[in-house]
Amino acid sequence: MASTVIHAIYTDDDVLMNAVKEVKKKHLHINDIFTPFPVHGLDKAMGLAPTRLAITAFLYGCVGITVATLMMNFIMIEDWPQNIGGKPSFSYIENMPAFVPIMFELTVFFAAHLMVITFYLRSKLWPFKKAENPDVRTTDDHFLMEIDATGKDGEELANFLVTTGAVEINLIANEA
Amino acid sequence: MYTLSKNLKLSAIIFMVVGALLFAVDAMYMPSSIADIEAMHAGDDHGESHDTAVSGEGHDTHEAIATAKGHGEDHAVASHQAEEGHAMSEAEHNQHLLDGYKNKPWSAVYVAAFFFFMISLGCLAFYAVQYAAQAGWSPLLLRVMEGITGYLLPGSIIMLILLALSGFHFNHIFHWMADGITDPTSENYDKLIAGKSDWLNVPWLLIRAVIFIAGWNAYRFFAVKFSKEQDEATDNKSHKKSFKLAAAFLVFFLYTESMMSWDWIMSIDPHWFSTLFGWYVLAGMMVCGITTIALITMILKGAGYLQSVNDSHIHDLAKFMFGFSIFWTYLWFSQFMLIWYSNIPEEVTYYIQRIEDYNLPFFGMLIMNFLFPLLILMNSDFKRVNWFVVMAGIVILLGHYVDIYNMVMPGTVGQAWSFGFVELGSLMFFFGLFVLIVFTSLTKRPLEPKRNPLIEESKHFHY
Repeated sequence: MASTVIHAIYTDDDVLMNAVKEVKKKHLHINDIFTPFPVHGLDKAMGLAPTRLAITAFLYGCVGITVATLMMNFIMIEDWPQNIGGKPSFSYIENMPAFVPIMFELTVFFAAHLMVITFYLRSKLWPFKKAENPDVRTTDDHFLMEIDATGKDGEELANFLVTTGAVEINLIANEA
Repeated sequence: MYTLSKNLKLSAIIFMVVGALLFAVDAMYMPSSIADIEAMHAGDDHGESHDTAVSGEGHDTHEAIATAKGHGEDHAVASHQAEEGHAMSEAEHNQHLLDGYKNKPWSAVYVAAFFFFMISLGCLAFYAVQYAAQAGWSPLLLRVMEGITGYLLPGSIIMLILLALSGFHFNHIFHWMADGITDPTSENYDKLIAGKSDWLNVPWLLIRAVIFIAGWNAYRFFAVKFSKEQDEATDNKSHKKSFKLAAAFLVFFLYTESMMSWDWIMSIDPHWFSTLFGWYVLAGMMVCGITTIALITMILKGAGYLQSVNDSHIHDLAKFMFGFSIFWTYLWFSQFMLIWYSNIPEEVTYYIQRIEDYNLPFFGMLIMNFLFPLLILMNSDFKRVNWFVVMAGIVILLGHYVDIYNMVMPGTVGQAWSFGFVELGSLMFFFGLFVLIVFTSLTKRPLEPKRNPLIEESKHFHY
């Protein structure tokens, strides 16, 4: 089935934000928006579900602190106890303050790295992947809103988008 | 314009009066001689017979029981005193306790006075940051901050008076002020303190205190003046002046706050020192100041004022509460771990005393100041729910009271500590005074700055 999309290009993030609200009011479906920088509140205006990345970060952090605890317990208590400054070397809990920096760092390390990897997987990104960007100007100073126009009057839609402040409208028909 | 309601005024005054009464009653019944201390021990030794043994001496029964319980572990603790060079005899030990009891009412006032003073000073620093950073989200809250810093002048004058009273030997909460402590021929001579006497001497301490207090209050005076002028102005001149002044104040503040924390708190344990102490106190005062801003904003909003404040503002304040609580913990731990690990006698005694004698408040405050806000305020959505923020805020404020308590009490009352009526009374008294002054100060200006150049951004602030 043939699908058509409209690319509306804006030059200002505030104009874009208002345009998104207008478009949502008309119950049009926004496929995606390409911006040169993160625009605050855009996800909420588009009606995207809140990110679940924060939940994964918490879980990865829990994994990190567990790994750190088990690792330090094995290294410093079980396998090779060392007398450092007369601190108790046969009990993890009594020596715990010394391990806090490691527990903290590994929590952050696991949360950060695994979160980035999750983000890549979820966004279907990998090294050397060819960019899916429809218009290179969105990496510089333009904002592009892609609207589903299948089965709609392109002319009317284009006129409406111009009233929202779009500087350029492209109608793209995908044969599939 | 906000008007102070009669009920609020009356409640604040009731708090002050009841607080003062509790304080006076308990202070009157403080043990005042070695005989009193021995009588308390007698009560302790006979286990069940607290009431008869103690009331026979004419003590306030409840207080005596509370303190007698606190001394159940005396003998275990006495062993660490031996590390400081000599084992204490029973008589010396009793004298020590008596000194502690004599300091107790003074220390209770000192802790409470410093706590509320610290809230207004932390708030003033946060206020200056808003101007210096040209923050666009916060101008709606600037008048709330100006109200809270209204307590700075009375609060800092009370602190100055307390310091002067210590300096003139009305009490003994600063050991380094004792007579003959820098005199090699005196039996009171202390070589370590004598070595620090270029900095730690009463006249210079009071001169510094006057300079600090004058500087902070001068900034507060001019900042409020400019903010008032900006309301009626036709250009942004006053705002720009306030910006420059805020930047200058922050430089002054960071130096003086650090020195203030050495002078007013760290010198209570004059042998001990920590190089990040100023930061540590700063983190505590910032989190208290911001928490108070959040609480008062929510109270005013609940009473129908500040209608332009939305939950994004509360969200941001809660983020700061969360962030500064973590920052406080970071500094607490940095200070603790290095001293714990290196285990140098002159440093580590500070923590040994707190862990052995003050175990519950010392670790309890970690739960109140770190674990509780961490868990409650971690979720983004919870930061927008007023009662979550209020709950976290109250625990944070109480936790930081305990923090100040832990910083002051071990060096002044030692093992004679308890949370009795003197502490509760002075906390209530200063709470009443703080509420009275802050809410009176809020009535002086419109709650919304009229012509702040960033006010529109603040009104539309939306996260």
